[in-house]
Amino acid sequence: MSQATITPVRYSVTVPISSQRAFTLFTEGFNSWWIGHHIGKAELAEAVIEPRVDGRWYERGVDGTECDWGKVLVFDPPARLVLTWQLNCKFEYDPDLSHASEVQVLFTEEDGLTRVDLEHRYIERLGAGGEELATSVAGDGGWPGILELYAKAAAA
Amino acid sequence: MAVGQLSAELPVTRPAVSQHLKVLKHAGLVSDQADGTRRIYRINPDGVQAIHYYLDQMWSQALAGFEQAARQLAQTGGQRLRSQSQEET
Repeated sequence: MSQATITPVRYSVTVPISSQRAFTLFTEGFNSWWIGHHIGKAELAEAVIEPRVDGRWYERGVDGTECDWGKVLVFDPPARLVLTWQLNCKFEYDPDLSHASEVQVLFTEEDGLTRVDLEHRYIERLGAGGEELATSVAGDGGWPGILELYAKAAAA
Repeated sequence: MAVGQLSAELPVTRPAVSQHLKVLKHAGLVSDQADGTRRIYRINPDGVQAIHYYLDQMWSQALAGFEQAARQLAQTGGQRLRSQSQEET
């Protein structure tokens, strides 16, 4: 099934530290700079990226409950980090990796400065099932495409 | 498109189509409108767009926080990062 893609979210910042320190700050120091986002009912106590492949990426609320956001796919210091972001459109964790979006962070050092390029991609995968169906056909006229896919899904 | 038209072209019953459309509507993927006794459905591209918008805002703020933390780190030489990342039990 062809899937309509959504433009990735991209941001870059340049920071006055080495790529090694920038990478460590981003991962092990995640909680020291992360602001805002949390999905649990309780206030955010800590946000964690476990510094290894297959590590968890999660939040812990002040009441002790933990909510997963995704996992570490690539942990390649000091150059590259790839995480999955598995919170769907209802902000629930979806363990199905085929529904996971990805966050890639590249660290490029030059003259003592490090450029950090962040790309959050495959956002369309977060709309599992029906949503995926709808977006995949929205580009070519809508209903004819959705009917075809729906018929295939219904017949399966 | 109306439910009747949709179910006529599909190998499923009309109630099944209505049920699926309800799910799609709940997810913000389609919207509907009354037309006499019928309901007309159309695809709504805003569901995934809303996630995109949220993530865009989230990363814009988060990276500003990262940049600020990195600048402080450049000034203090690293003690701050060390002390703040030792909380894991």
